[in-house]
Amino acid sequence: MSTEILFIFLLAMFLGIELISKVPSQLHTPLMSGSNAISGITIVGAILAAGTSSDSLRIILGTLAVAFAAINVFGGYIVTDRMLGMFKKKQGEVQK
Amino acid sequence: MSITFINLVYILAALLFALGIKMLSSPDTARKGNFISALGMLIAIIVTLLYSGLDYKWIIVGGVAGAIIGTLAAKLVKMTQMPEMVALFNGFGGIASLLVGWSEFHMYVQPTSAAPSTVSLITIFLAVLIGGITFSGSLVAWGKLAEILNSKPWLFPGQKIINALLFAGILAAGALLVINPVGNYPVFIGIVVVSIILGVLSVVPIGGADMPVVIALLNSYSGLAACAAGFVIDNNLLIVAGALVGASGIILTNIMCKAMNRSLANVLFSGFGATTRSSKKVEGEVKPISVDDAYLILEAAGSVVIVPGYGMAVAQAQHVVRELGELLEANGTEVSYAVHPVAGRMPGHMNVLLAEANVPYEQLVEPQDVNPKMELIDVAIVIGANDVVNPDARDDNNSPLYGMPIIEVDRAKTTFVLKRSMAAGFAGVDNPLFFGTNTRMLFGDAKASITGLVSEFKG
Repeated sequence: MSTEILFIFLLAMFLGIELISKVPSQLHTPLMSGSNAISGITIVGAILAAGTSSDSLRIILGTLAVAFAAINVFGGYIVTDRMLGMFKKKQGEVQK
Repeated sequence: MSITFINLVYILAALLFALGIKMLSSPDTARKGNFISALGMLIAIIVTLLYSGLDYKWIIVGGVAGAIIGTLAAKLVKMTQMPEMVALFNGFGGIASLLVGWSEFHMYVQPTSAAPSTVSLITIFLAVLIGGITFSGSLVAWGKLAEILNSKPWLFPGQKIINALLFAGILAAGALLVINPVGNYPVFIGIVVVSIILGVLSVVPIGGADMPVVIALLNSYSGLAACAAGFVIDNNLLIVAGALVGASGIILTNIMCKAMNRSLANVLFSGFGATTRSSKKVEGEVKPISVDDAYLILEAAGSVVIVPGYGMAVAQAQHVVRELGELLEANGTEVSYAVHPVAGRMPGHMNVLLAEANVPYEQLVEPQDVNPKMELIDVAIVIGANDVVNPDARDDNNSPLYGMPIIEVDRAKTTFVLKRSMAAGFAGVDNPLFFGTNTRMLFGDAKASITGLVSEFKG
């Protein structure tokens, strides 16, 4: 690991704070469930752990990690979509 | 597939995540934003599967199982249960990071492996620590929200000392691990166990009313856990995505604390609601009103503000409330819904419940928008809200609620409070609003009362 990766972390935190402070409070629940989905990105590490080893403990740990992360990815995005689909404008106005 | 190509795709995925969150800044674009974020995830997963030499068998087993469980959960969950679902998913994010960290550690201690660097060991330690605390803390939060566990704060003597000792112990164990990883597998297992215990102990002293803060904080931890896993496997995409989630959770935690006028330390350690009591005795007379009389006042009202609290969702009254709102509008009344940030059991929860009941989002307003024109409002209808409309938060500096921003319905021309009985709110504090001169109490089940009003309007 180089210091570069710490640099990326700090910039990403800064970007996150800038972007998320613009999310209105009425969308905070979808923001949180959408965040659950994004935190499922651990699936990338989990895939590498489950697929690159012949050691049985690593396979078990990796497979479990893939399963938990996949729950977050699928569950998070689908439930967020379900919620956002409910946010409607007044009847008669066309949704953009 | 070349590593350069894979890394380029990861950059694209990170951009799509950021763009997706940016589009959450308006309800008009939010759904598309979620789709773009999902697209980022899809390409990240596909390109990871292209790494050479992967054995797909177990990836498919885990992936398919997770996909089925996640999809079913997302389709079946009720909107009132969103806090439970988010709490549980925070925990799953944590455990996934813990497992990835463990798997890396296991690889390093094999005799055939090259000696791991100090930095690798520190990051593994962090992934396990943050992941473990997030996992078990989230399970406790979930249990409290689902009312499987007692939602009251659980305090016992020496609690803080025990937590501090455990934390010091886990740091010492981490140091031991970094110095000599190969001979210290039991120490590693100890770290896993203690981090899980720490997660439990840090959430049990927090009461049910403070869960919105806790799940926002755990949301942040789950992002930081993904970040730590990213440091472990040296992957920029995990770090960027984890940092975005971490930042989101921090901001939401901050908003929730401000909305309750409490510091994060106060939420985490004080066991609010267990001890505090207002010293002041509320004076005045409670003036009940019947559904018939309430109808006559509403029929003549030019503007109505509805203040929903979680009690409205418990009574499943949001659909009849929306119907009442539509009838009022048809009668020429201006209708809005004032939603306090801590209404409901998680940030933004009440907005989702109202959206589910087809309330157009333009009618939802925040306290700072409605308070300045409160004197012009003919009728404020408080449904299942209590502490967020307590004038003591503004007037009585001895009140435990003092300083919390409220929706100042006591300044409206008339205020209806729908309530089952005169019981105190979550915080266990009396509410002088109920004794106010402009206040009329509409006692009974909120849903039945609103249904009564709706049929009067139709009748």
